[in-house]
Order: sequence, then structure tokens, then C-alpha cells
Amino acid sequence: MSDHHPTGIKRWLYTTNHKDIGTMYLWFSFVMFLVGGAMAMVIRAELYQPGLQFVQPDFFNQMTTMHGLIMVFGAVMPSMVGLANWLIPMMIGAPDMALPRMNNWSFWILPFAFTLLISSLFMEGGAPNFGWTFYAPLSTTYGPPSTDFFILGVHMMGISSIMGAINVIVTVFNMRAPGMTLMKMPLFVWTWVITAFLLIMVMPVLAGTVTMMLTDRHFGTDFFNAAGGGDPVMFQHIFWFFGHPEVYIMILPAFGVVSEIIPAFSRKKLFGYSSMVYATASIALLSFIVWAHHMFATGMPVAGELFFMIATMLIAVPTGVKVFNWVATMWRGSLTFETPMLFSIAFVILFTIGGFSGVMLAMAPVDFQYHDTYFVVAHFHYVLFPGAIFGTTAAVYYWLPKWTGKMYNEKMGQLHFWLSMIFVNLTFFPMHFSGLAGMPRRIPDYNMMFSDFNMLASIGAFGLGLSQLLFLFIVIKTIRSGKKAENKQWEGAAGLEWDQMDTPAPYHTFSTPPKVS
Amino acid sequence: MGNRRKLLASLAALLSFILSGVVSASAELNMRPGVTETSQSAYDLHMMVIWVMTGVAVVVFGLMFYSFIFHRKSKHPKPATWSHSTKLEFVWTIIPFVILTALSVPAVKLLIKMEDASKPDMTIQVTGSQWKWHYKYLNEGIQFYSNLATPRSQFDEVGKEGETKGENYLLEVDNELVIPVNKKVRLLVTADDVIHSWWVPELAVKKDAIPGFINETWTKVLEVGTYRGQCTELCGKDHGFMPVVVKVVSESDYKTWVENKNRERIVAEKAAAEAAAKSWDMSKLMALGEKTYKDKCAVCHKEDGTGTPPVFPGLKDSAIALGPVREHIEIVVNGKAGTGMQAFGSQLTDAELAAVITYERNAWGNDKGDKVQPAEIQAFKAGN
Repeated sequence: MSDHHPTGIKRWLYTTNHKDIGTMYLWFSFVMFLVGGAMAMVIRAELYQPGLQFVQPDFFNQMTTMHGLIMVFGAVMPSMVGLANWLIPMMIGAPDMALPRMNNWSFWILPFAFTLLISSLFMEGGAPNFGWTFYAPLSTTYGPPSTDFFILGVHMMGISSIMGAINVIVTVFNMRAPGMTLMKMPLFVWTWVITAFLLIMVMPVLAGTVTMMLTDRHFGTDFFNAAGGGDPVMFQHIFWFFGHPEVYIMILPAFGVVSEIIPAFSRKKLFGYSSMVYATASIALLSFIVWAHHMFATGMPVAGELFFMIATMLIAVPTGVKVFNWVATMWRGSLTFETPMLFSIAFVILFTIGGFSGVMLAMAPVDFQYHDTYFVVAHFHYVLFPGAIFGTTAAVYYWLPKWTGKMYNEKMGQLHFWLSMIFVNLTFFPMHFSGLAGMPRRIPDYNMMFSDFNMLASIGAFGLGLSQLLFLFIVIKTIRSGKKAENKQWEGAAGLEWDQMDTPAPYHTFSTPPKVS
Repeated sequence: MGNRRKLLASLAALLSFILSGVVSASAELNMRPGVTETSQSAYDLHMMVIWVMTGVAVVVFGLMFYSFIFHRKSKHPKPATWSHSTKLEFVWTIIPFVILTALSVPAVKLLIKMEDASKPDMTIQVTGSQWKWHYKYLNEGIQFYSNLATPRSQFDEVGKEGETKGENYLLEVDNELVIPVNKKVRLLVTADDVIHSWWVPELAVKKDAIPGFINETWTKVLEVGTYRGQCTELCGKDHGFMPVVVKVVSESDYKTWVENKNRERIVAEKAAAEAAAKSWDMSKLMALGEKTYKDKCAVCHKEDGTGTPPVFPGLKDSAIALGPVREHIEIVVNGKAGTGMQAFGSQLTDAELAAVITYERNAWGNDKGDKVQPAEIQAFKAGN
């Protein structure tokens, strides 16, 4: 089996290899993570103390908007697709993804989409400044001219995501090795299949939303303009019909990651495999009927508020099942705490804290007090940073030896973990307090009563941002000069990629199907 | 050893810094119970959920930490081999379900109560616009705008030293919403341009102000006092600078306030009519114009008239300010649909309108040299 392929830049431009594409996705998402993170630093510097010291309010709004868009669409989502590309063929015993050329295209759309989006910062009138949720009419009638670049950018990201999702589904349903039945698939594969269905369901809805914005802005329609018979609240219904499943799109693959890692370092099989699959599917189904819990303050009829409140609270049931199953997996296991395990444990604990605040937010009568305050900012950063991002980080540490054939420095990895763990809490925990004290989100300046917690959050954010550079250093150092890794680097690891594959993983995965027991 | 001691000392210093921050801020650690029945019920519900969640956290995290300590490889080298228990899984599906059902009962009750705005004692229309609130007392015939009262010089510190900030920095307005204590006040909330949200934490009232739609909410405040909140829906550049201040007064004080407000209005209307009737000279127009411009226009068009194009065009050397007077009056009085330019015809007096238009045509090197008199504004509004 030869590894014949072009070299240099052509290798990356023309590649149809799932590993190359996965690598590009992961590096791209890391670059976006740093860009979006730099914007977060601007936000936290401005909020370090009361008064406007660094930026004017309009630029501040551009930063919050771009930070959100880049982190959601540029950092978290591509990182998950990168993991899917690397791992799914290895885990199900397939030679590659089912649609390799489309795979290449779905990646290469992204750099162009984000160049368009980021270039809007340098345009007259500045970048989009209406928040990542781009509510009409602030984004339509009142949006800056660069809004059209944002619309085109979102379309391109959507096309990329849909193609990525189709590829996952086609691969998983057609290319499993003989004997790899659906209920034998690693949980990471399951969570990704379910995520892919969510993507295919909701990305077109997002595309519809931005298209309606475009025609409202330029072609005389009035979908969201009340003066022309339209409805600005309809925008929010359509947006959140995409937006709520979107939050599960960002977290479900991370559920899959920790469901692989926790059993490995507990040296014990995942507890309740089938209930994990059913719980993931129920979360995905429920995510379609809870969208309006983002809109309790818009003046919905009380019957609507009741429905969305109850449906949202129900999500805590399958989510609880997952958390209990992870705990039960560790129970009476034989635990060790290497870096991937540390990140996975932090994931379970901190994501659960985000789940608690989620139940609080679901309760409409108190949500009136939490809604659009820093309490919400604290909540969704708890599920996104120690959730989605710790999940990806854990995955990188766990599979890096398999991918590169080299082992990272465990001490450095643990240092990265502890710095991240301390600073992520220092950044986001105080936000619960400033929110409860009454600080609205998306404001560039605030009364002195909020200053202590904002200062703490800013200090935490600077530390958190710097600690991620350590991650970059560790990964580069591993690739360049890491010690040789073993075929089965982790004692408790299970799965085709550990049991039936060399380290580093060969350029072509499973040219002949592996035996699945 | 020296190094370790240094590390410990610096850790202790960091910890004490964090703790001092938490302690000094302890007043702002939690939601305030507020001053209405609904806000107090919301607070009680909030505390109840917090305690329930804390209980769950103690159990779940407790089990995890027990596992970390006693099931680590060094203490528990042989892992158990079970990985499934239908009974257990059933139990931990049912328990959260029961807890959530228990939580939802008081939530449903409170929600239904909060959404019942029927049988109000009085009604006020609340209108949000970029970036101020307008209050209209539907029965008393009173209406006014409520603007941020904190001067820009206190917060704009980019490249310069800011002035000392007052206690109610960014949470103070020129005209508060005044309502009587112990009366059910219905609020009809809407907006002129983009979506805003009217929130006062102590009242537990948060309602989106949506252009083209009217939302209904209500409050019945139990204690006299001044309560401060903010706009909570991103509404553009100065979203962080449109506070809500509600002053709750006794019923007799409220009556006096209404009488004063009506008397003031008659005096102001008379003064405006007198001012509009006379002919103004250039220096007076420019002086009043500059003051009005800084109050109302500079927030978008900048003090030096350069604006932030293309969303907020500059007025210096602009086609409007140097073009026909009538078009200039038109845009200031009626605004421009589909843009941030509001209709100032009802926000300013005729004299202020005339002055500010004159000012815009003659400031920053604009050199039209023409004067606009209040009478011209009156004539324009009358349709001549």
C-alpha cells in the first residue's frame, strides 16, 4: 500500500484524504479560536473597569458580534467536523469518508467564508454590530452595509456544514466494517450522526433567515418590517428554530468524546451504552420544540410560555441520564488522571453547572429576571467553553498520539489543564453574580456596583486566553519532538483505532475491512 | 524551599484579593427580592431552584469525588466489570422527572399571575427609541422623554481622563417615570425603531419593546422609592446608555406631581409659543442651536459634525446642511424612514428646531449664512 500523494501546498489543496482534511479543519478552527479569543480580550479589556477606556460603543458591538459568530461557526463547529473526519472512518473501520471530493470542498469553503466575514471589519461603517443573533430590524433596516458580506458568509458556512453532515451520514450508514452494527458503534460516532441530522434539519432554516434579511434589505420585501406588514418577532422564531438545535450541534459531539475518554481512564466499559444513545436522540428531538424559551420577554401568549417552559425543563431528564451514566462509568473503576481524563472530568462537572443554570433559565417567571443579563452569558459560556472546547481539547490530547505517532508532554498537558480550569471559572463564574445583580449583556460600560465581578472576569479571561497559547506550544512540540507513542497508548483505550491500527495511523485507513468482534 | 514559600505567598495574596472582591461585592451577589409581590415570588422561586440544584450538585459531585479518591488505580486496581443496570437507569430517569415536576408547579402558578394585566388602576404607554424612553400617561395627558442624565464626559475616557462618576452612574435619567405606590399600573410597551426591552429588576418586569407591536405588562409596587434598570435588548450603538428609572411615590405626592406636570406643560407651551412668535437674531439662534445639537444630535452626528458614515452621515459639508432649507427642515422634523434619523418635530420646540437647523447650516465651516426662524417651522408643520 503506497502513500502516494502530491506534496507541498498541492497536498492540502487537492487532498481527499479524511486525515488531511481533518487536520485542516482542526488547525483552521484553532486559528479562528485565537481570532475570536482576541476579540474577547478587547471586550474584557473594555469591561475591566467602568468608563470607556479603549473602544467606542459601536466598535464594542462589532467585537461582541464577531466574537460570537467566529466562535460558533469558525471555532467550535469546524473543530467538531475535524474530529469527525479524523475519527469516524477509524472508528467504524472504513477506508475514508464516503464522499471525499465533497469533503475537500466543504473544508475549502470555510477560509473564504471567514475572509468575507472578517474583511467586514475594515469596511466603511464597520463590521456587523447587531449581536451574533442578528435580530431584525437592527440587522435589516439598521444594519451597516457590511451586513451583506455577513449574509453571504453565513450562506457559505451553511453550505459547508450541510456537506460535512451529509458526508458523516452517508459514511456511517454505508461504510461500516462487516460486524460493526449500529449499536456497536462507538458513542462518538452516534453523537455525530445525530448531530449531522440536526445540521441538515436546521442549517437550511438559517439560510432562509439570512435570505429573507437580504430581500428585506435590498428587494423591497417586508418579512421582518412591521411597517410593511411583517413581523420582527417572526425573525426570532425562525432564528431560534435554527439556534436552539445549534447549541446541541455544538455540544453533542463533545458528549461523544468524553464518552470515549472516561471509560478509557476508568478501565471500565461505558455505563449504559444504549441509554446513552437514546438520551442523545431524545435531546436532539426535544431541541426542536423548545426554541421559544429564548423569547419569554417578547410577549408570547401565556399558553406558549407554559409549553416552552415545560418542554425545556424536560431536556434536563435525558441530560441527567448522561451525567449519571458518566458518574456510574467511573464508579468502582480503576481511575487514572492523565490530561484527557482531567479535561473530560472538568467537562462533566462544569457542563453540569451550566445545566443547572439552564434549568433556572427555563423557568419563565424567573427567566424574566435572568433574560439578557450576564447570568445568561455565564450559562452559555459554561456549556460552551468547559463544554464544547474542553471536549475538543480532551479529544486532541487523547488521540494526538494516534494521529501523530508522538506523545505530548504529560506535565505540560496537566499544567495547561489546571491553568484552563482555574481561569475558566475565574472568568465565567463571577458573571453569574453580575447578572443576578442586574447587569445586562452586550453593554460596553456599567455602573460601579458591577465593577468587582467584571474586574475578576477580565483577569480570568486574560489568563484563560494566554493559557491556550500553551496548548498551541504543546501540540507543536509534540509534532516536532514528542516521544514515540505506542500503538495502544492508553491502557484502557478500546476501539478499532487502538486495537487494530498502527501508530501513527497510516495515511490510508483500513484498506481491507478490520474484523469486528 | 524559598521558591515554594514565595509561590505560597503569592497564591495567598491572589486568594485574599479574590475573597476581598467577593466580600466587598457581597451586596451584589444575588438577585434582589424587589418591591412587588411578583418580584418577591420570583426571588423565592429563584432561591428554591438554587437550593434544589445545590442539593443535586452535592449528591452528583459528591459521588464523583468519592470515586476520584477511592476508585483511583492505586487504591482500586481491579475495575468492576458491570456496565449496565436497567433498574438504576430507570431510577435516575424518574428522579429528575419528579424534581422537575415539583419545580414546575410554583413556576406555572407564578407565570399565570405575572401575565394577568387585567383590571389596572392606570395605564402608561412606554415607547423605546434609539436611545431613550418615552412615557405617555394615557389618562392624565402627560407625556415626556426620559434620557440618560450622566454626562458623556463621565464615561468617554478614550484617550482622555474621565470626570468623577456619580453613585448612579449610567443609571440616572432627566425625567423619571413617576407612579403611585400600591396601584396596579398597566404598561403598554412598544418601540419606534428597533427592539428594546424595558427592565427594572426590583419590579421583576422585563418586556420587549417591539416596533409595530404593543406588549402588555403590569406592576404594583409596594414601597415608595426610586428603582433603576436598563434596556436589555441590544438596540444599537448606545444600548448601554438608556437606563430606566421608576420613582414610586405616595398617592398624594403622585396627585401633586400630576398637577405640577400639567401646570408646567401649560407654562412651557406658552413660553414656546412666545419664543416662536418673535424673530431671533443669529447669535441667539446659534447659541440655542449649539446646546440643542449637543443634547440631541451629537450622539450620532458627533460634536464636530463629522458623524460616523455611512450609518450616521456627517453634517459638515453635507448636501442637506448646504442644500435647500425646506429639505433640511423636512428631515429634522419628520425624520427619515428606514434609518436611525428620528422625527424631532414632537421632541423639540419650534424655537429649538429653528435654532438647531440654523446651527447645522452655519457651524463647522458650513457657511450658508441663512437663518431659520421658529415661524418657518410652524408654517412647515401647518403644511404651508
